[in-house]
Amino acid sequence: MNPLDKLEATSVHILRESYREFKSLVMLWSIGKDSTVLLWLARKAFFGHVPFPLMHVDTHFKIPEMIAYRDRLALELHLDLIVGQNKPALDAKQTFPDGKLSRMACCRSLKSEALKHTLSGEWPRLRMDHDAGRLVEEKHPEPFTGVIVGARADEEGSRSKERYFSARDQQHEWDVGDQPPELWKQYKTDFAPGTHVRIHPLLDWTELNIWEYIERENIPIISLYFDRGEGRRYRSLGCFPCTSPVESTARNVSEIIGELRSGKFADIAERSGREQDKEDGGGLETLRRGGYM
Amino acid sequence: MNEPNEQISIVMAGHVDHGKSTVIGRLLADIGALPKGKLEQVQAMCRRNARPFEYAFLLDALKDEQAQGITIDAARCFFRTEKRHYTLIDAPGHIEFLKNMITGASRAEAALLTIDAKEGVRENSKRHGYMLSMLGLRQLAVLVNKMDLVDYSQEVFDRIRAEYTAFLGRLGIVSVSFIPVSGMQGVNIAARSSATPWYTGPTLLEQIDGFQRREFPHALPFRLPVQDIYKFTEQGDERRIVTGTIETGTIAVGDAVVFQPSGKTSRVASIEYFNGPVKQTAAAGEAPGFTLDTQIYIKPGEWMVRQGEPPLQVGTRFRVNLFWMGRAPMIRDQVYKLKLGALRSPVKLVQVLAVLDATELGTVVDKQQVDRHDVAEVILETPKPVAFDEVSAIEQTGRLVIVDNNEIAGAGIILAGVAARESTLQEHIRAREIAWKSSAISTVERSAAYGHGAKFVVFTSADAAVGEAFARALERNLFALKFKAYYLGMENVTRGLDADLRPDGDLRDTPIRRLGELARILTDSGQIFITSVSDVDDYDLKTLELLNSPHEILTINIGENRFSEFGPSLNLDATADIAQGVGRVCELLRQKHVILEYQI
Repeated sequence: MNPLDKLEATSVHILRESYREFKSLVMLWSIGKDSTVLLWLARKAFFGHVPFPLMHVDTHFKIPEMIAYRDRLALELHLDLIVGQNKPALDAKQTFPDGKLSRMACCRSLKSEALKHTLSGEWPRLRMDHDAGRLVEEKHPEPFTGVIVGARADEEGSRSKERYFSARDQQHEWDVGDQPPELWKQYKTDFAPGTHVRIHPLLDWTELNIWEYIERENIPIISLYFDRGEGRRYRSLGCFPCTSPVESTARNVSEIIGELRSGKFADIAERSGREQDKEDGGGLETLRRGGYM
Repeated sequence: MNEPNEQISIVMAGHVDHGKSTVIGRLLADIGALPKGKLEQVQAMCRRNARPFEYAFLLDALKDEQAQGITIDAARCFFRTEKRHYTLIDAPGHIEFLKNMITGASRAEAALLTIDAKEGVRENSKRHGYMLSMLGLRQLAVLVNKMDLVDYSQEVFDRIRAEYTAFLGRLGIVSVSFIPVSGMQGVNIAARSSATPWYTGPTLLEQIDGFQRREFPHALPFRLPVQDIYKFTEQGDERRIVTGTIETGTIAVGDAVVFQPSGKTSRVASIEYFNGPVKQTAAAGEAPGFTLDTQIYIKPGEWMVRQGEPPLQVGTRFRVNLFWMGRAPMIRDQVYKLKLGALRSPVKLVQVLAVLDATELGTVVDKQQVDRHDVAEVILETPKPVAFDEVSAIEQTGRLVIVDNNEIAGAGIILAGVAARESTLQEHIRAREIAWKSSAISTVERSAAYGHGAKFVVFTSADAAVGEAFARALERNLFALKFKAYYLGMENVTRGLDADLRPDGDLRDTPIRRLGELARILTDSGQIFITSVSDVDDYDLKTLELLNSPHEILTINIGENRFSEFGPSLNLDATADIAQGVGRVCELLRQKHVILEYQI
């Protein structure tokens, strides 16, 4: 087996374990390359099916093409799409683009808070109505106890410490020092009521692996990652006020792979275009302890 | 540089403060594997905080770790050499974080272990060596670090090598090299150094490139832990797919297979894989799906093996080398949860044979429980037979973990199956019957007075509602004939008698056991006691039969017969007319002389 086969088999195993152990399971879907690969791996694990809903936390400041792409793909693949949002904060204009919050506080509010309350079912959820072809408000949102997330260990320091199955308490907090052991394909799948678990099937993948797999499997991917004639492209997708495109002329997947292997990005961190990581010494870690993905 | 298409994972272990993170940080810096600006960024941060720069900070990215100066959790870093890609797992050396070290090491194919030249071999140098051996790691390189603090003395190096070699020998680890290094000074990390002219062996970089990749064990017998069975009916998908990750061996379409412990057999009809070419074979490491050419009922947790190859052992007792991480000790007579392959089962500690002091090895402590960080040889027992391999036969399928209070608290390897003279259940029944105080009224007297004999009638069905409907109809019919019949549904037991059960530990075995005890009492009282159960296997029925003895049991299965050995007394079609079905049960009761005559 080559390295991609091994990564695929491990991810598939973890996805099947999640499906077996968690009655109320959801997969976070950000439209980006990692969650697109994650969705593909789910179809691998379940032989073409995706037997759980996908949830997108819409900050309202996502690059608009992402939203259009999301809805199109959901309808095309018949995905059970759920969308959540921090509507009170957006209505009150309590955000970074509105000049009211720091980047970090904005992330915490529009992403972590929105995620927490959408998962628990406390805040309204929109769900794709495939007959109507649009999102409609869900009647009785149920809490989810297992959340599949596309985090990778190579993204930054705190993610490199993650488990495949990672417990979160009622406040969604993460105790980095006291994590469960994982060995011999045995994971922590028993949980006390009130806690929930983050599941990370992509933990062992690198950015390069992701693109190599997209190429090998010929997975459709949003075109924001490619240079469309302006000499710029996105390397990592997020909210437009805080995510800048990189200078690059890579027009397709194989050119991106070339850049990562030996070209201009071979030694530059992927999240270098994400401003919130730079606000204090360990911005992302602080966010993640409080429930960020 | 050509893109290498090979990847290996290596763990870095060793006692706390012996310099693991420093060596890794130095290696990454020296071979140019750090992201651009990372070194400068960490150096700048040290200047800002008025702290001397350390290579370890590159790894210990978490704030907590920088504050305390120790590695809390296993961090992974990725780099490549000319030869291949690496995942280097930096394991923590502090005893408090042993479970993190184990997590890191279990993902590795080879290990590095640092020993501080000045401090020498310490407790966790040995404990980690022991853990690496138990986890199945056979390739180890020992880095005698901080050689700069002992003036690169060959004598110090040789002394540590001799001492640690003797220790490893007892663990069966032989593939070892020792390298004198200084992470701080970069000696023998990526390049050979003039500081150690007496050393002619490989540098750290040469050593890691020299580690062999662990191949998937294709040559061993085929073992598939059945993780799940899928039938997604959407979009007209009719496939019933058995899934799991193949641990060992190979299999092909057309091969005859056996499921253990149920003993059911079938044949592989197809190998399923989404978005890929049609496969005729599958091998260890792969996670495909299988369809079978017969529709047999199997459950997640069984093993699929190939007919003609050595099967797994099946038993209820096994001797295990167990490492305990739980905060609470492992004690006898408490029910834990066992995970072995895809199986989950209740398990009990039967006996502690020896507790080994992992640092001295061989110091036997006389204890009757297993405390945190103990390594113990124990006998475990499951209520139902489970299938397993001895670790000496097949390493991958002789491994288990124990869950206590929702946490993985123990990890073990199975040394051998232990033949039980008689099962705990048989022992219990024998003792119970010896102590049983018989009523002054004999069974014959009761039958004469009631006009019928006593019986325990069990309906089984995949659909609980169907079994219940038949059972209730039988109760009504017998009652109308003035017979003493009583129907008890499992839900009434769950909320009453079984209200005290812990959902995680007791699973299904205790409810079955209590139902059996109840049946013993009610049949003794001369009644016809009727119940219906769903999702039971051969072993559950056998348990009910044993517990009800000396009285007899009558089993009526409705629908697909899912039992392999324990045949039901009667098999009814799930769509059969209930009145007709009840008639057949009554006829059976008449044949068995429980009732003399009946009418529907």
